[in-house]
Amino acid sequence: MSEPFFELKGSLFPLSVIRSHDLSVAGLRTSLQQKLAQAPGFFHQAAMVIQLTPEHQAVDFIALKQLFEQLKLVLVGVTGADTEQKQQAQQAGLAVLRLGQDSKAVATEPVKNSAEVPTELVPMHTKVVEQNIRSGQQIYAKGADLIVRGAVGAGAEVIADGNIHIYGSLRGKAIAGASGDTSKRIFCHNLQAELVSIAGHYWLSDSLQGDFWNKAACIRMQDDSIAISELY
Amino acid sequence: MAKIIVVTSGKGGVGKTTSSAAIGTGLALSGHKTVIVDFDIGLRNLDLIMGCERRVVYDFVNVINGEANLKQTLIKDKRVENLFILPASQTRDKDALTKEGVEKVLHELAKDFEFIICDSPAGIEAGAMMALYFADEAVVVTNPEVSSVRDSDRILGMLSSKSRRAERGEDAIKEHLLLTRYNPERVAKGEMLSVEDVQEILAIPLIGVIPESQAVLNASNSGQPVTLDQDSDAGQAYLDTVSRLLGNTVDFRFLTVEKKGLLKRIFGG
Repeated sequence: MSEPFFELKGSLFPLSVIRSHDLSVAGLRTSLQQKLAQAPGFFHQAAMVIQLTPEHQAVDFIALKQLFEQLKLVLVGVTGADTEQKQQAQQAGLAVLRLGQDSKAVATEPVKNSAEVPTELVPMHTKVVEQNIRSGQQIYAKGADLIVRGAVGAGAEVIADGNIHIYGSLRGKAIAGASGDTSKRIFCHNLQAELVSIAGHYWLSDSLQGDFWNKAACIRMQDDSIAISELY
Repeated sequence: MAKIIVVTSGKGGVGKTTSSAAIGTGLALSGHKTVIVDFDIGLRNLDLIMGCERRVVYDFVNVINGEANLKQTLIKDKRVENLFILPASQTRDKDALTKEGVEKVLHELAKDFEFIICDSPAGIEAGAMMALYFADEAVVVTNPEVSSVRDSDRILGMLSSKSRRAERGEDAIKEHLLLTRYNPERVAKGEMLSVEDVQEILAIPLIGVIPESQAVLNASNSGQPVTLDQDSDAGQAYLDTVSRLLGNTVDFRFLTVEKKGLLKRIFGG
């Protein structure tokens, strides 16, 4: 008989930290609901930490915990707490966490936005289409990358706010960075497009003829102009 | 359980009605009870191709409106056992077809027949949508040229999104590519898209390649489905197609340029 397995190890986990000058239940509810509405499902049962500053007076941690539960979030702890806040948080059954040094500097700064979830850490969603996109069909990946496991036919349109990946031939139109992000790209395994566009800049089929026509290609913005390179 | 097969293309004049007649006749020749339904309301052609235009009394729309029953309306082919035609109305337009009406008629036909071939009108409007809505399988008729290929691509998109199977989330319609008016000589000269070109673009399984043939025109003019002209290349190609539709594996013929022998070269062929 082997011993029952038991191990205690320190690990790092990504946690979303909420910074807000208004930690009242009503105020936080509004801010959080707005955030959740932008990406429904993304924060489902996500572990969250509240950033405290000395300005926060008499925070009702128990009520906050219930609010998070209602919103299908898990409030696991607080950070940046002073002695009094620490005690209150612990009474409410929350962990008191210490931030790394970088964050400490940020924590003392006055915070303007009401509820700031670190959006830069949130990856874009991805829309995957498992078939050929036929002539006349239009696919829009709103706020997301688009992956097509097939060809995009002549007269078909694929549009994404993020990047576009096409694992077949691109014969129709592809529009990446549709909401204006010039860092987005288009990747395809065979370039025969009618039009490619990134953040409003576009090239028609005529401009695409040349070295990369009929080949696997990557299309991106470079110095305010569209540039094509080999995919591999 | 009857199988409903729509013969469609998007583009007009590519050979939908010719193919419907030929495939329907081929299925009946193989012993399967088959009905060909003309969905081209207002532009009735199937009866001409089948050579039964003088025998049309009632039509599809009459049946839908309850003015005639199926038994009165179906025209039995005089040449082939097990083959029936449901003609379209020439005096009405496509709006005369309702989903409920079509469903009722197809349901009725399904009790009696093994195969229901729906000859679709051209276009992507109500008439064509009605023809493909209830289909289990689709024969997409395509000519080897770019506009026909693009229209077929469009129709394939419709098949996968606008059909009853798509709306109900059932198994997708089984799609077959039928290439008609194929001329290997012109393909060799680069004047026509090759089978491979078309297949690469449409990416659906090939069910048949029908060579461009005088026999097709002769057949249409004489009201004989080309499948009955079994000496012709087109007739044989359609019979191969029917055999594949029934699940058999048949080698493709008429894909390459026929080498003319010395005698043929001298005397013409």
